[in-house]
Amino acid sequence: MAERGASGGGSGGDSLDKSITLPPDEIFRNLENAKRFAIDIGGSLTKLAYYSTVQHKVAKVRSFDHPGKDVEQDHEPPYEISVQEEITARLHFIKFENTYMEACLDFIRDHLVNTETKVIQATGGGAYKFKDLIEEKLRLKVDKEDVMTCLIKGCNFVLKNIPHEAFMYQKDSDPEFRFQTNHPNIFPYLLVNIGSGVSIVKVETEDRFEWIGGSSIGGGTFWGLGALLTKTKKFDELLQLASRGRHANVDMLVQDIYGGAHQTLGLSGNLIASSFGKSATADREFSKEDMAKSLLHMISNDIGQLACLYAKLHGLDRVYFGGFFIRGHPVTMRTITYSINFFSKGEVQALFLRHEGYLGAIGAFLKGAEQDSPNQYSWGENYAASSGLMSTSPELCPTQRARSGTFDLLEMDRLERPLVNLPLLLDPSSYVPDTVDLTDDALARQYWLTCFEEALDGVVKRAVASQPESIDAAERAEKFRQKYWSKLQTLRHQPFAYGTLTVRSLLDTREHCLNEFNFPDPYSKVKQKENGLALKCFQSVTRSLDSLGWEERQLALVKGLLAGNVFDWGAKAVSDVLESDPQFGFEEAKRKLQERPWLVDSYTKWLQRLKGPPHKCALIFADNSGIDIILGVFPFVRELLFRGTEVILACNSGPALNDVTYSESLIVAEHIAAMDPIICSALREDRLLLVQTGSSSPCLDLSRLDKGLAVLVRERGADLVVIEGMGRAIHTNYHALLCCESLKLAVVKNAWLAERLGGQLFSVIFKYEVPTE
Amino acid sequence: MKGSSPNTKEETVPAQYGWLWCPFRRYRTRPRNKSKVFPWFGLDIGGTLVKLVYFEPKDITAEEEKEEVESLKSIRKYLTSNVAYGSTGIRDVHLELKDLTLCGRKGNLHFIRFPTHDMPAFIQMGKDKNFSSLHTVFCATGGGSYKFEQDFLTIGDLQLHKLDELDCLIKGILYIDSVGFNGRSQCYYFENPADSEKCQKLPFDLKNPYPLLLVNIGSGVSILAVYSKDNYKRVTGTSLGGGTFFGLCCLLTGCSTFEEALEMASRGDSTKVDKLVRDIYGGDYERFGLPGWAVASSFGNMMSKEKREAASKEDLARATLITITNNIGSIARMCALNENINQVVFVGNFLRVNTIAMRLLAYALDYWSKGQLKALFSEHEGYFGAVGALLELLKIP
Repeated sequence: MAERGASGGGSGGDSLDKSITLPPDEIFRNLENAKRFAIDIGGSLTKLAYYSTVQHKVAKVRSFDHPGKDVEQDHEPPYEISVQEEITARLHFIKFENTYMEACLDFIRDHLVNTETKVIQATGGGAYKFKDLIEEKLRLKVDKEDVMTCLIKGCNFVLKNIPHEAFMYQKDSDPEFRFQTNHPNIFPYLLVNIGSGVSIVKVETEDRFEWIGGSSIGGGTFWGLGALLTKTKKFDELLQLASRGRHANVDMLVQDIYGGAHQTLGLSGNLIASSFGKSATADREFSKEDMAKSLLHMISNDIGQLACLYAKLHGLDRVYFGGFFIRGHPVTMRTITYSINFFSKGEVQALFLRHEGYLGAIGAFLKGAEQDSPNQYSWGENYAASSGLMSTSPELCPTQRARSGTFDLLEMDRLERPLVNLPLLLDPSSYVPDTVDLTDDALARQYWLTCFEEALDGVVKRAVASQPESIDAAERAEKFRQKYWSKLQTLRHQPFAYGTLTVRSLLDTREHCLNEFNFPDPYSKVKQKENGLALKCFQSVTRSLDSLGWEERQLALVKGLLAGNVFDWGAKAVSDVLESDPQFGFEEAKRKLQERPWLVDSYTKWLQRLKGPPHKCALIFADNSGIDIILGVFPFVRELLFRGTEVILACNSGPALNDVTYSESLIVAEHIAAMDPIICSALREDRLLLVQTGSSSPCLDLSRLDKGLAVLVRERGADLVVIEGMGRAIHTNYHALLCCESLKLAVVKNAWLAERLGGQLFSVIFKYEVPTE
Repeated sequence: MKGSSPNTKEETVPAQYGWLWCPFRRYRTRPRNKSKVFPWFGLDIGGTLVKLVYFEPKDITAEEEKEEVESLKSIRKYLTSNVAYGSTGIRDVHLELKDLTLCGRKGNLHFIRFPTHDMPAFIQMGKDKNFSSLHTVFCATGGGSYKFEQDFLTIGDLQLHKLDELDCLIKGILYIDSVGFNGRSQCYYFENPADSEKCQKLPFDLKNPYPLLLVNIGSGVSILAVYSKDNYKRVTGTSLGGGTFFGLCCLLTGCSTFEEALEMASRGDSTKVDKLVRDIYGGDYERFGLPGWAVASSFGNMMSKEKREAASKEDLARATLITITNNIGSIARMCALNENINQVVFVGNFLRVNTIAMRLLAYALDYWSKGQLKALFSEHEGYFGAVGALLELLKIP
């Protein structure tokens, strides 16, 4: 019941080595801004949590005093960019072995500046043992928090805030990890915590949970009884013994009782009839490996059986397992999963958590931080700083293993605004943003990892070029390169390290790494320039559109959207098409587009729809800055407005590649409004609304969108969703089902992907979908 | 991980053997009419023990006596005049049911057990005593009826009539309960089981037997929900049973008999081995309503080297007994709740001379169910399968 951490690493808990293998300032980051500490001390692992504020540079855009006036005349940019310092909140979680405790506490004391901090929340079985040391070293008062309350608070937190937190473990599949998409409603669930004993807790709401049962046969039984039987003292070594043993030498199996007859009975003779049944004899020796294996099966099966009985009694089908017995050990996850499947006949799912080891620390921290209402915010895992899920199998990746044995980090950024589901999702619980699961699809994984590796030089160059006035830009860019490169290598070996691997997660990780080294917006100047150029062409583009007949115009608008989308500085194939003549480039791009019929082509159906009554309100997710938003999206918006459809134009809250940000979209809209009466009046009359998505990703997760956007979508009764661009409409959401009409359009600017989809480079996807009744 | 373990393909899930083939196996071939020819045996060949019941007719007429073949007489004499057979066979004299009327005959029912590993010797004895000449049918149940079927045939020239284990178990229990125990009650329970001063074993009248949760603790454990004589289902089972207790005791203490293991356990202190709630929380864990005396982690203290060295063999035996017993109690309780049954009958040879386990089951069931569940026991704890087999021989009912 009580947590008793197991040694995480092969080095074990008895080592007296106090040296820290990584530079401590890379582990205990931002200590100078740290406040609110919490600590979870297990039998051999300690998890420290703190809150800090991170100051980092952001690129802000600001209109000149006379917007729009000069655009036509000279080559001045449409707005100015200034780099400012911004402060964001971050949660730090560090896991280390208890042997480092003193060294870590010393380091923290020496670097702790904030004097407001007076207490430290402590939980875990070891909190009592280290209380005096902590109070003496840190001069903070230790406040003890209840272990289970902390665990559950932590569990709720990660389930809500970390996508792909929970996974199933399937021993024979590749990879063994199968991540779950976040269920919109995480309650109720069963948490089975296997520490030295087993606690079974039913969690019904954020604050309501109930201990419904437990068992004394748990990790302590495996460890204690195992130590007696095998004279092996360490938990990890016992597990290793077990993984080599044959339990049939110790257990009495069905075939031992039935002889050969079990075959004719149509049942498996390998089922265990009596654990340790064969050892009921004084005249035989049994190997340590075999006994350890038998013990492991006995305990895992027993826990699985009890968990199923409790799940059944309470009508629950989701059971999360945690505690040091599990803690990422493939051997125990495997036996528990097997047992659950057997006893529930597949009706109950055994789920494990990526950040299981941090639950207590997260919970203790949240208890202490209640006045900051951390639960009112949304948080996101920072891929740049977090260690990810380490394989605990030494055979698989010895170097990774060694690292996780010393220090393991998790950092979470507080998002500016709470994130919620798009209310228009047909079934939020089954929505999966990503089109291809790279953990699953090895070919695609190899391709994309290589693709991102090859693109890295270019990204580094772009980053350096974006800060010409900075003296250390090259140095930081190099650090960025190393960081992202090493992430890519980790993902090659352990695709499951951060949950399901997707093109989106690769892109997001790159953005996090860029931010980490203070390259908040490497494309800001490129976007500024392109926006300026495109704005100059806006009026001539709309004039030529207006001169067309209705039907011709509709096709031209769609082609414009698609052509605009070709201009994507993030995609290699077009990066050098248009430095000089954007108008020419735009026409050129239209010519580059595939002729109809497109690769996916429901344009005729769309045109038919346009002949009908106007939509009430369209929600448009924009993609790139410059030509795309200004010459592609805005004319399309203008036509919708003209038809009498209201438009919600959603752009990213933060920068990602050359994607248009919300603040850029405001300025762009302002400039266009100055030129165009339709846009102008629509903005004034709130028929055109600009909102932010809450995201800083080049892709789109419709289950994590800004709450304000969701509210607006509901208020205005949006009945059309337009998603454009590869990142948002192909890499993600290609298969997303909505409960209203939707338009997904993109130009496939990647030859490999085009081929996969059965087309060629610059193939067009135009997917207009109407939900079936 | 893949490939690192030689056992990846093995299925390794616990089960108690009996339930595996119960509902879909029915035996069409019935014993022929010779069935009422003596001797009357019922045999239950388990994973650890063979249970044999033998009906000794006491109303043998002079004529019958004259006709009784020599081999039959010799068997009767051998079984009824001894209390031990060879070095391992034992007749539980105290369980003998006297003056029983069975199939119109009056006699005594004898209860004999011996280890399954002596089965070859038993078959050999059958051959030596020329059993096959009696043209009797051996009704047998338990997994061993499969395992040893061929040996019975080839060595002893005896045809086994194999019977469903759970059918036999239930028939046996109902029958034995109906005939009582030489005028006393078959079924009993414990009052104040936790209090060694006030604890009392009291008779229980199982007049309303259904529904009933039947927990049979042999080498492994089977749990059955019984709704009527013919309507029952196997709910679950666990591999943590009597075999586990004895097996672990052998490994931990070097003991060699079940009785020795129990005797050691009776002198041990499990709190030296187990980590209790109070060892962790200093007292009760009030947040969850857990009493301080409850075991938080079985063998949990054995994680520490010092405590390992301080624990005696007796302590280890006691802890093993407590661990296995509590676990069975816990699973039984959950099954009772899921099946909505409140009387739980524990049977099986694990409970033989095992008052510690019975009292613990009684207490745990009562405490954790807040008095909702009642643990019941039965005097002939391990013999019901064999009795059921005998009844099948006589086609009763």
